Amino acid sequence: MEGTLFNIFAGLAVLSALLVVANPLSRNPVTSALFLVTTMISISGLFVLLGAYFLAAVQILVYAGAVMVLFLFVVMLLDLREAARRKLNLVSLAMGILAVGALFLVYKSSLESTYGEAPQQHEVAEEDQTEAKLVKAVGSTRALGQALFSKDKGFLLPFEIVSVLLLVAMVGVILLSRKEPG
Amino acid sequence: MEPTLSHYLLVSGALFAIGLLGVIVRRNLLIIYMSLELMLNAANVALVAMSRFNGNLDGQVMVFFIITVAAAEVSVGLALIVALYRKRQTTDVADLATMKL
Repeated sequence: MEGTLFNIFAGLAVLSALLVVANPLSRNPVTSALFLVTTMISISGLFVLLGAYFLAAVQILVYAGAVMVLFLFVVMLLDLREAARRKLNLVSLAMGILAVGALFLVYKSSLESTYGEAPQQHEVAEEDQTEAKLVKAVGSTRALGQALFSKDKGFLLPFEIVSVLLLVAMVGVILLSRKEPG
Repeated sequence: MEPTLSHYLLVSGALFAIGLLGVIVRRNLLIIYMSLELMLNAANVALVAMSRFNGNLDGQVMVFFIITVAAAEVSVGLALIVALYRKRQTTDVADLATMKL
């Protein structure tokens, strides 16, 4: 069951990611944006399979919701006509595919040499196991909140810094999108 | 078949490679930006998988922060693209090769 769902979500994610980058039928950015939504939703399905329910919800809310709406908004705002289809530079295309393919093969073979033989050891260290049990017991959202906000080893300071970052981004965007800067 | 850590890492690697390919090959600034998001998400998948199979929640906390930072990054980047388009009327990187606006 889990394997089938994994196959579906992983296949869908990779397939629609490919269609974002290289769609043989359309070079319209709107199409790419919509396929990116599909990718995000499949990735959120993978998060559910991994037991990260909160992150799955956040993934859909933030990515499939906010970010993609922003993308579509900008694409529509810019009103891109299919600029006279440029000739693709075949050499750079081939080189790009070659480089990325080689990188992926190196990654894949290093994965296989790490996890290939010897069935996976999930012999987790003692204290980690208690945390895994905690995840099972209290549900991952509550455990995640505790990991984020606990006083002794939490992430309170990074959390506050991120909030300042969001404020800075907001001010920056307003500044950038004024009609006449300065 | 129960999916293991290496399966998830393989998917993550594939997504990352596709994103990288998009950044290298495509010419449209918006598509390059979408590919960038794809790469960030590939990293998220890897982190969540690690977190799950090691029974440690720090990976998920990390993903939480990555999503926040990515949202900020997208808003600033898209504002830059719009500002650039106002000046130059194009989103093709080949036309944006000069440093002077």
